Amino acid sequence: MLDTLKQPKRGVVPPASREQYVEAFNWMLLARTVEEKLASLWRAGKISGGVYLGKGQEAISAALGIMLKPGDIFGPLIRDQAGRLAFGEPLIDVFRVHFGSRTGLSRGRDGNVHRGDPRRGYHAMISHLGSLISVVIGALVARRFQGDITAIGATTIGDGGTSTGAFHEALNMAAVEKLPLVVVVVNNQYAYSTPNHRQFACTDLVERAIGYGIEGHSLDGTDLRECLEVLGQATERARSGHGPQMVVGNCLRLTGHGEHDDAFYMDKSLSYTRLGRDCLKVAENYLQEHQWADEALLENWRKNAKEQVEDAVVNAQHEPLADPNSETWCPYATQRIAAALSVR
Amino acid sequence: MTITYLEAIREAQEKALRDDERVYIYGQDVGAFGGAFKATKNLAKEFPGRVLDAPISEDAMVGSAIGAAIEGMRPIIEMQFADFSAVAINQIVNQAATLYWRTQVACPITIRLPSGGNPGSGPFHSQCLESLYSHFPGLVVMTPATVEDAYTMLLEAVEIDDPVIFCEHKYLYNRLKSDLLPETGLPCDTARVARFGRDVTIVTYSAMVHEALAAADQLRKEDIEAEIIDLRCVKPFDLRTVLSSVARTARLLCVGESWPWGGVNSEVITSVVTHGFLLLDAPPQRINSKDTPIPFHPNLWGVHKPSSQVIAAAARRLCEW
Ligand SMILES: Cc1ncc(C[n+]2csc(CCOP(=O)(O)OP(=O)(O)O)c2C)c(N)n1
Ligand SMILES: [Mg+2]
Repeated sequence: MLDTLKQPKRGVVPPASREQYVEAFNWMLLARTVEEKLASLWRAGKISGGVYLGKGQEAISAALGIMLKPGDIFGPLIRDQAGRLAFGEPLIDVFRVHFGSRTGLSRGRDGNVHRGDPRRGYHAMISHLGSLISVVIGALVARRFQGDITAIGATTIGDGGTSTGAFHEALNMAAVEKLPLVVVVVNNQYAYSTPNHRQFACTDLVERAIGYGIEGHSLDGTDLRECLEVLGQATERARSGHGPQMVVGNCLRLTGHGEHDDAFYMDKSLSYTRLGRDCLKVAENYLQEHQWADEALLENWRKNAKEQVEDAVVNAQHEPLADPNSETWCPYATQRIAAALSVR
Repeated sequence: MTITYLEAIREAQEKALRDDERVYIYGQDVGAFGGAFKATKNLAKEFPGRVLDAPISEDAMVGSAIGAAIEGMRPIIEMQFADFSAVAINQIVNQAATLYWRTQVACPITIRLPSGGNPGSGPFHSQCLESLYSHFPGLVVMTPATVEDAYTMLLEAVEIDDPVIFCEHKYLYNRLKSDLLPETGLPCDTARVARFGRDVTIVTYSAMVHEALAAADQLRKEDIEAEIIDLRCVKPFDLRTVLSSVARTARLLCVGESWPWGGVNSEVITSVVTHGFLLLDAPPQRINSKDTPIPFHPNLWGVHKPSSQVIAAAARRLCEW
């Protein structure tokens, strides 16, 4: 079966340069630092709603984020802090939205991972898994109407999200329209508490690409070098007119589903497999082995990430919170519709 | 020359495509085939690349319209039947309806729902879903009852910066005819007095406007003058016009083809009771379709939905109060 998978040969894209690797590594590090801070703020009761972390998935997310260019479209999901930052999300926006700041992207109306700035091609996910893919498709359709043939769109989804009807409808639609869409399926072995074998019955999710008639790629999500190579290639294929690309990244969720979850149900033995490696540690070792960074430089980067995060938190904490009195309570963009409904 | 309600919908789409390059149409069989009801007849030929066949993927159709709208387009989505929009309900109510509220980015999409019954259509090709969609903040729900409104309101729907659910009634498609199409129409948030009367106010919309008019003809023979308000748009709806009519008649009957629970009729009655209780001389009444799935056989279907006889009987009882 797998031999019919259109899987472009590796090595078309040159291996990551030091510059690219270091850039991606620093987004990973910043994302990890941000999320550790979010977790501690959540434990201290400073954040309403849930906190979901991307620990163990930073390499995939950062690599995707740096492959996107200004003008591209990005639909991140809950474990994409690294990709969001690499795509250009200002650090302070992370904390504004988690605190419910009035100046934040959603002004307290929606929170946390649901943030985005759609005007900039940075989409704001809703909770419903699978439903963002078709939105990215529509953005690409619009670009095509507008004559923009350089932009690509990318979005991520979990192993669990691949079981939705929305995922299927969207992948098929993207294939029919031959859109420059990169769908990154992050198989972190669990969907909340549900393991892969209760989620799907194919051997490997990348087989799905065959059915959609699109190109499929696999990667080891714990290895930043491979993430850069494969996502570099997939984004390049999309950009150069080869249609939708499905990339399946394998890794392990190194945290509970959310900060409320102790993940007692996870199979501990997975931690000792290759999948269970921490991509940040693997990348640190790689940097040192290649003498691209020594411990002193790493320490310097860590310190720098901490300082940026602390600054962003302090600044966001000084901002006014969402306030029912200044809230317009108006979900309509059209003035006269809003006026007609406010008569009541 | 005469033009039907269905042709008016086609003409409006043609005009929208001609006047606004941001408009495109997406739906099953809307391309070369011209749509299941021919509402997009010849449009694919006239506007190459802008009237596109969609796979049978209602969720992704609406999701993609949202993404395109974010990037500045004005998509029109044709659902083959209103009933199939249930498959897209997540995109409609959770994604489209919340987008502006969450992000301050408008979502100017129009979703056309061929609605309502025809003899023999049965439970899955006959639904009227205006009450369902009206429930969700962020949506505008239009229910045109005339050829003229089908035309001008569809153009207005495309222009509005919010997602519009455009409930066009299949029963009216070829039964309603007009001589010509107007240049402009009333804004959707203004109701129309379809017939003046002093004794009882009948508030209705879409195909039921015509049942109510037929009921009014019967009632006139008994010296009862019914005033008929065509809401035109059920969210928002024009409460002022309803209240000023009730102020004159002191009696209110609401008629709609959708199901009763939590519906448009309930909302109109609640609003009138809340804001105009003292205007009323009798308890407001409502008539909906029966609270069952829609029956297939014409013998059953004929009594499942409100008819002019049932409307006339209810109006008569109200006037005896
Ligand atoms: C359609 C839908 N059903 C249920 C949920 C609740 N839910 C949120 S996250 C999640 C698990 C997702 O697993 P997966 O797709 O593997 O992503 P991961 O959390 O592992 O990144 C579930 C069931 C949801 N958000 N959307
Ligand atoms: Mg998962």
